[in-house]
Amino acid sequence: MRYIAAKTADEAAGLLVDEPGLARILAGGTDLLVQLKSGLVEPDLVVDIKNIPGIRDVTPENGGFRIGAAVSAAELGEHKGVLALWPGVVEGVELIGSTQVQGRATMVGNLCNGSPAGDAVPGLVAANATVRITGPGGSRDCPVLDIPAGPGKTTLAKGEIITSVFLPARPENASDAYLRFIPRTEMDIGVASAGVSLELAADGAISAARVALGAVAPKVLLVADAATAIVGSKLEDGALAALAKACEAACNPIDDKRGTIEFRTRTAGVLARRAALIAYQRAGGSK
Amino acid sequence: MKSIHVTTTVNGEPAEFICTPDETLLDVLRNRLGLTGSKEGCGTGDCGACSVTVNGRLVCSCLVLGAEAEGAEITTIEGMASGEALHPLQRHFIESAALQCGICTPGILVAAKALLEQNPDPSDSEIRYWLAGNLCRCTGYDKIINAVKSAAAEMRSN
Repeated sequence: MRYIAAKTADEAAGLLVDEPGLARILAGGTDLLVQLKSGLVEPDLVVDIKNIPGIRDVTPENGGFRIGAAVSAAELGEHKGVLALWPGVVEGVELIGSTQVQGRATMVGNLCNGSPAGDAVPGLVAANATVRITGPGGSRDCPVLDIPAGPGKTTLAKGEIITSVFLPARPENASDAYLRFIPRTEMDIGVASAGVSLELAADGAISAARVALGAVAPKVLLVADAATAIVGSKLEDGALAALAKACEAACNPIDDKRGTIEFRTRTAGVLARRAALIAYQRAGGSK
Repeated sequence: MKSIHVTTTVNGEPAEFICTPDETLLDVLRNRLGLTGSKEGCGTGDCGACSVTVNGRLVCSCLVLGAEAEGAEITTIEGMASGEALHPLQRHFIESAALQCGICTPGILVAAKALLEQNPDPSDSEIRYWLAGNLCRCTGYDKIINAVKSAAAEMRSN
C-alpha cells in the first residue's frame, strides 16, 4: 500500500485514475481504517484528500453553504450558520458514531460509504443538496440522491472524487428535521430513519416538501408521494396519516436481527410523521 | 511497503518517526514512540481506549494513519500530568475509585479533558453522551461520571 497526500483535487483524481490496482480515498478514515483493519479491502493506493486547499472550509454561497468534503462532523456541528439554515442536515450528521468519530467523520464519507443507513444522507436528500465532483473529465455537479447505487456502491466513476457538498438557500419560513430509530441511545446503526424538509406559505400551509427515508431500501429513498400528501396542509391528522402511509408504501427493507420488515416499514412512517412535525415547528408553523 | 518519514509534535515536543503507510497512529505512538498509555481495545473506533487529540480534536488514534500526523499537534495521556503533579481529572479518578482494571482509563481521561475544555460545567447527561464512545467493562460508569463532575467543580473554583 502506498499513501499519498494529494495537494490538489486534480492531482487526487489523476492518482486515482492512473492506479491500476485498488485505490481508496481517505478523508476522515472512520470507515476506511476499519475496512483496512479487518482486511475487507487491501488497497494498493490510499489518497489523502485533507490537504487539498479549501476542502476543510465551509463557505457561504448564493445564500446557502458550500461544505468541503473533509469538514468533520464536529466542525459542521459548530458552524452556527449551517445549523441555523439546515438544522435537520446537521442533526443527522451529528448522530454518526461517538465524539471521537465525530472528530474525523465527514458527510461525504458517509455518503460515499454507500450504506443505506448512513445518517448524513436522508437529510441531504431532503435538502436537495448537490455534490461537486472532480474527475478525469473535469468538474461536474450531481444531486446527492443520485450518488448511492446500492449497499457499498456509488455511481462515481474511477478517478472521480467529491470535493464539496452544496446546501442551497431557502426561503424565510422553511426548515428541516431528521430522526432515526436505534435500539439504544447512542453509537448504533439506524434501523429506520427519516429526513423531512418543508417550506411554508404565509398562512402556514406547506408549500413545498421533500421526504427522504433511510435504512428501508438498498438506497436512501426520496418519497414524492409522501411530499404530495402534506403539501397544502398544516399537518392535520389526515395529512400526517397520508404521509405515513406513503412512506410505508415506499419501503423495501431487509429483514434482519436489528429490525423485521414490518417493524422497519411501520417505524419509517412514524419517524417521517414526527420529523415533519419538528420541521414544521422549526419553520415557524404553529399547531 | 515503502516507509514514510513523519515530522510531528507530540505533547508539545517535536517528534519524528518512520512508519509504514498502513500503520495507525496508535501503533506509532505505542511501538515507535514508546508512548504506551494509549491502549488498543477494539481497533475499530468503538471503545475509545486509544483516544488522543489531533490538532485539538478528540479522535480514536486507531482510526488515524501515522502518516496523517505530518505537521499535526498530537496530545496523549502522557501529556496530561505536569511533571509529578497529576491533572485534577487524574486525581479525582483515583479519589473516586473511577477505575478498576484501568485499560479504558487513559482514553476516558483524554476524552473528559477535551469535554471540560469546551464545557467546564457539564451535566450528567452531557458527560454520558460525550463519553458514549468510551467503553468501560468494570465500573458501571457512575464513578466515572462522579469523578468528572468533581474534577470539573475543582477546576471551576481555581
